[in-house]
Amino acid sequence: MRKGTAKTRPDGAALTYREKLRRLREILFANVVMAGEIPSPTGGERRLTRFLSDRFTECGLANVSLDHAGNIAGMLPGRVGERTLLVSAHIDKIWSETDDHTVSVGAGIMSGRGLADNSLGVAVLATLPLILEELEIDLASNLLLLGTTRSFGRGDLAGMRFFLGNVSHPIDAALCLEGIELGRLSYSSLGMARGEILVRAGSGEVENPDETGCGVATILAELVVALRHIHERESPTSRILVGSIEAGSGYSVPPRSGMVRFEIRSHEADHVARIGDEIARTVATASGRDGLTASLEMIAHRSPGDLGTNHPLVRHARGTLALLGIESHVAPSVSELALLLDRGIPSLTLGLTKGENRHSPSEAISLEPIFDGLAQIVSVLQFMDEGKLS
Amino acid sequence: MPDLDQRISRWLETNTFHHSEFWDMQELVRAKREAGLTISLCIPTLNEEKTIGKEIIVFKSELMDRYPLIDEIAVIDSGSSDRTLEIAASFGADTYLSSEILPQYGSKSGKGENLWKAIHQLRGDIICYVDADIKNIHAKFASALVAPLIYRPEIQYVKAFYDRPLAVSDDMRPSGGGRVTEILVRPLFSMFFPELTALIQPLSGEYAVRREVLERLPFPIGYGVETAHLVDLYQSSGLDAFAQTDLDNRIHRNQPTSDLGKMAFGILQGFMKRLRDYGMVKELPEFHGLFRQFQAEGQRYEQVTREIFEEERPPMITLPEYRERHGR
Repeated sequence: MRKGTAKTRPDGAALTYREKLRRLREILFANVVMAGEIPSPTGGERRLTRFLSDRFTECGLANVSLDHAGNIAGMLPGRVGERTLLVSAHIDKIWSETDDHTVSVGAGIMSGRGLADNSLGVAVLATLPLILEELEIDLASNLLLLGTTRSFGRGDLAGMRFFLGNVSHPIDAALCLEGIELGRLSYSSLGMARGEILVRAGSGEVENPDETGCGVATILAELVVALRHIHERESPTSRILVGSIEAGSGYSVPPRSGMVRFEIRSHEADHVARIGDEIARTVATASGRDGLTASLEMIAHRSPGDLGTNHPLVRHARGTLALLGIESHVAPSVSELALLLDRGIPSLTLGLTKGENRHSPSEAISLEPIFDGLAQIVSVLQFMDEGKLS
Repeated sequence: MPDLDQRISRWLETNTFHHSEFWDMQELVRAKREAGLTISLCIPTLNEEKTIGKEIIVFKSELMDRYPLIDEIAVIDSGSSDRTLEIAASFGADTYLSSEILPQYGSKSGKGENLWKAIHQLRGDIICYVDADIKNIHAKFASALVAPLIYRPEIQYVKAFYDRPLAVSDDMRPSGGGRVTEILVRPLFSMFFPELTALIQPLSGEYAVRREVLERLPFPIGYGVETAHLVDLYQSSGLDAFAQTDLDNRIHRNQPTSDLGKMAFGILQGFMKRLRDYGMVKELPEFHGLFRQFQAEGQRYEQVTREIFEEERPPMITLPEYRERHGR
């Protein structure tokens, strides 16, 4: 499917890429619309996987296949083929199957659930073979394109985890695509652990949890305050983020069960474990009071990792962003990048465009900056292809 | 009646398709080339800025860039006050103001006017009309309508229809049109043109037609254009000139009941005119052109009237400008 011969990347090539890639505008935007309108909740990604599979097949990728974790992969064989580069995008969204996934296209903007996280990433993955063809770029390395499943919440990066545990090709470098925010440059990962504290009323025979009029709400509030105290003590090295509190369903019935979901983040791996132990003790102490039981389940872990500011890949990515006139924002990641770095694979996560209202029904992405995002991706891929990564 | 039932059943078997039958786009493009056909896609618009961009992107990407099935995508606009034309043009559609096409014949208000002028403006041997208000747009909304015309030379006119699964029982699912279809058009067809009842959604705004058919049809400029087409082509060519394709689902904005009344009034005008023209009824009185509705405010009832006159444009082939432009 590819024509042309290998080209040495000229200085400033990314600037010309940006203009040339506008020729693929409708194809790319149509892929965003189609990827955006297919529901793909964590664990229910099958339809979006099928879409990517069709696109990979149409582009003539080799070995288009679905693995046991539901990931979809395809290979663009390299001119030499001694090395393998990975480009991945997670294909699950935070939205449920029944949410309205209609995409609206306006002048310079597209809006709809999940466009920024991560329909645009999926669309760019689907279009990448055509992008390289349009630019007549014939990589020496194999290019492995991967749509990963089950990245959010309890999914705990199961797709990428399975892939890395079973991939037959050693991966020499990797790039993770995220819809927003253009300029994002992630080359490190934080140590992270996620937990769920579940509080339940007992049988009611010993004490009545409804007597206070608050049910489990009181103890939930006390646990949140305890998390906050730990957060204030450990900041800024470590942080505790409370992501959700659930309890009750109306106005007059005290809740008999409730849950707090939280995430511990730290630059230090041992801090994550130490804070996790402290929270476990706090929960154990609370359990049994007022006829209530409290339990803690840790559902996800990441190890901290860092490519380093002076890594050639990081320097090149930063230089490309500067060339394109984009301010870079260094942001540690807790997503797929963490698993890649943990395996010693030089990897980056890059954003593709500007956007707003992430994770809201009116999530929106700007269309024009996407071409900057594509130019940066191609430039970084070419640098990876040169193999000067040590 | 057994003969009629058999004819309808046979037609449903041979001329009713599901879009999935035309999944092989490469084969469709090859067949189109082999047949030497050109295809134009026409989207009539009036203030459709919320949906037009997505339609253009999807059609251009899938049916021009990936698979060269469509030769031109044109938006024919009635004078939108929003950014419909700007957005359509920015994504690569050809955009036209209806009033600037054949201006010597004046400009009339109505969707049928845009469809009629498109015949003059566009170049395709087949014209596929697609409404601009579809939220779940997909390439099949055009490809699965032109496909029967490409594969079956005897078919002249292909209508879209959509499943509306209101209830499911004993493996039977009701298939039906919209509200105006079920309470007006289907009863009228049952009485006067029973074979046309086989068309599941006669008022669907998505259909593909050969130029040599379109250019010979008169065009009501308003609501009656689709019904008039069906009756006129049926009278000249019979049911076998038609086909229909199931496109599964269509999500669009719902019209208020008061607007449906206006639509029904316009359709009735065109339909009654045809009954008279074809000699199927005698001595119809002059029609009143004022549609009357009422709104209540407390105990007071106010009359709301609107003049609806289904003016008709003549067959395009009768215009010398058209014959010259298209070598007819």
